[in-house]
Amino acid sequence: MMRGLLGGLAKPFTQTAGLARWMLVAGLVLTAAFVVMAVFAPWVAPYGFAQSAADGARFPKAGPPGADHWFGTDRLFFDVLSRTIWGARTALEVVVLSILFCVAIGVPLGLISGYHGGWLDRILVLVMDAVFAFPSFLLAIVFSFLLTNLLGGSVIAVALSLTAIYIPQYFRVVRNTTVSAKEATYVEAARAMGASDGVIMRRYLFGNVVQSVPVLGTLNAADAILTLAGLGFLGLGIQSTDAAEWGHDLNRALADAGSGIWWTGLFPGLAIVLLVTGLTLVGEGLNETLNPTLRRRRLLPVVMPARAETTITGEEQQ
Amino acid sequence: MPTKPEPQAWQDPLIDVRDLSVHFELRGGILARLFGSDTGTVKAVDGVTLTVGRGEVVGLVGESGSGKSTLGRALLGLVPATDGSILFHGDDVAEMSRRRLRAIRRDIQMVFQDPNAALNPAMTVEEATGDALRVHGMKSAAERRARVVEALEKVGLSPVELFLSKYPRDLSGGQKQRVVLARAIILDPEVLVADEPISMLDMSVRAKILQLMLDLKQELGLTYVYITHDLASAKYFCDRIAIMYLGRVVEIGPTDEIFANPRHPYTRALLKAIPEPDPERALPRDLLRGEIPDAASPPLGCSFHPRCPEAFEKCGWESRDLRAVIEEHWTRQPADVYGAESDTVGDLAHLDTPATVARIGGKGAESAREILHRMRSERPDEPFWRGVDRVDDDGPGIRVVFHPGEDPALRSSDGVEVACLLYPESS
Repeated sequence: MMRGLLGGLAKPFTQTAGLARWMLVAGLVLTAAFVVMAVFAPWVAPYGFAQSAADGARFPKAGPPGADHWFGTDRLFFDVLSRTIWGARTALEVVVLSILFCVAIGVPLGLISGYHGGWLDRILVLVMDAVFAFPSFLLAIVFSFLLTNLLGGSVIAVALSLTAIYIPQYFRVVRNTTVSAKEATYVEAARAMGASDGVIMRRYLFGNVVQSVPVLGTLNAADAILTLAGLGFLGLGIQSTDAAEWGHDLNRALADAGSGIWWTGLFPGLAIVLLVTGLTLVGEGLNETLNPTLRRRRLLPVVMPARAETTITGEEQQ
Repeated sequence: MPTKPEPQAWQDPLIDVRDLSVHFELRGGILARLFGSDTGTVKAVDGVTLTVGRGEVVGLVGESGSGKSTLGRALLGLVPATDGSILFHGDDVAEMSRRRLRAIRRDIQMVFQDPNAALNPAMTVEEATGDALRVHGMKSAAERRARVVEALEKVGLSPVELFLSKYPRDLSGGQKQRVVLARAIILDPEVLVADEPISMLDMSVRAKILQLMLDLKQELGLTYVYITHDLASAKYFCDRIAIMYLGRVVEIGPTDEIFANPRHPYTRALLKAIPEPDPERALPRDLLRGEIPDAASPPLGCSFHPRCPEAFEKCGWESRDLRAVIEEHWTRQPADVYGAESDTVGDLAHLDTPATVARIGGKGAESAREILHRMRSERPDEPFWRGVDRVDDDGPGIRVVFHPGEDPALRSSDGVEVACLLYPESS
């Protein structure tokens, strides 16, 4: 199991070449930088995210970048560098939590739905398709509106509203794999052995249907960051005193832009762009490696026309 | 002639199947499903009565689609019985709740055809084998391991330590089938239903696995229901053989008797189909014509009659046979003759509705009669003609009337039971 896992982790490096490898490496480096910032935020960030004074001295209001405050300060006297670093932590918390929720809810639902079939399956598929058909950002707004009323503007509330829009994807993938996997002989063999439905789902189907979930998680992460920032920008996410959130900071920076205060908006925005780029590169790189159909589809349009027109490809091969 | 249904086998019936039927509803197209119209049923098992004695090896032999696997699965309650009963220890498996069924599967286990598919790819040999114990409530991993080691030794996977942590993909087909066997015997069952356990294995491994199964039977006192399409292996393995055709048992008796003196024409055809390894001795074989019919609408009368070389009047001839005969006749005709004849005979699609009266032709009775006559003189010994009672004129065409058919029930004939009208029912 462990060796297989390590082998799987090393696969992107051993089996990629050219662009895909560089995409993956660049993505991993970018993402890793943000993960390090997020995990070690208390040590990396010079100040707290809601800290407006240090050693008894108040920070300047909307001070430009300088030796004390590398990225400057904003109108609430907060240090922009610190907020950007702490923002990475918020983003990571929300994304990890929402993926965990998605897996914890979507995978079992998909398993049960696919395994039992019948009316339960129909209803669940209908509900999930309905959710999926909805514009996801609109749905996220509705959910975070409801949930922030219920749970306050906390990380959990935002994570849950992201969960709500991403669950259908996990549900579908798991449900469809289950539908095909449950016809396998080993499932019937388990039933012939006297295994109950619960045992069959846990010990026989689970391990064989969750394999596509990690890739799905990586691909969703980038999207989740954007949705989170969007929610924050609309003021529906996390309050600035609860945690540092890039989208929310961008919202407040909107007013600054007119008065030439560029640093409050640039750095959180840059952070969003970099992290989303990093995650997308990782996801795409992984997909290029792990998903042979995608790889082939990507290569075909590049190679085929040359072959049809001339014999250059043949020469190149030699 | 010695009849040898082993006496102790009959005295101590372990499984008693009575009139078992397993029918599957066909789902049909979207319209049929919307309006809930009848889309027909497939009678996978249709009124089978079978007794399996303790310590006996009963073979279920038949072509694909004969219902032998479904019957085997029904014994474990893996497919629900539509009708009839399966008595095991006096309890009816067909009526049991899911919970009782799970418990009964301690005593009836199954070995599957494809060892590559029967093992969970995500489980090691130890987990796969021991899971049967875990399912039945053995919590302690150490205890399970001891039993697993014991079972693996019994099936000849040694040194056991080498195999415990392997995944199915690391094993050969024969080794996988041994693991499947180990998983089946680890609960100490009484009955093992083996569904073509050797058909997916290499020739060199088959005999070894069969021998292993025989050894296990000796050692553990097992009773086998051996499902196969391969009469040769059944001869080697079984005490009694039940030949199945289209969901029914058409002949059942002691193995020696079935081989020495096959009664049912289908059994005879199957025996002829066993390959002869020596090409010098290979006889010209008249193999069965056609394929096994659609179980959703089986032939009238004896369901084997369309393929039977010895069929006669009472076998249940019907309109679909007429279509088959006409179409077969056309395969031997040049294109212009075919064109002319098919023009005379008209559309044959309506013949697919089974009936003992068939109307054909539309351009004069005489021309249609002529075609029938030509066909008959071309193949006078075609059994189909025995079933035609008379041919009447019917407006612009003709009416072919068949002899009324009879559906043969199992009847005993010198130590075996056979479902064929050639053997008169004796009281």
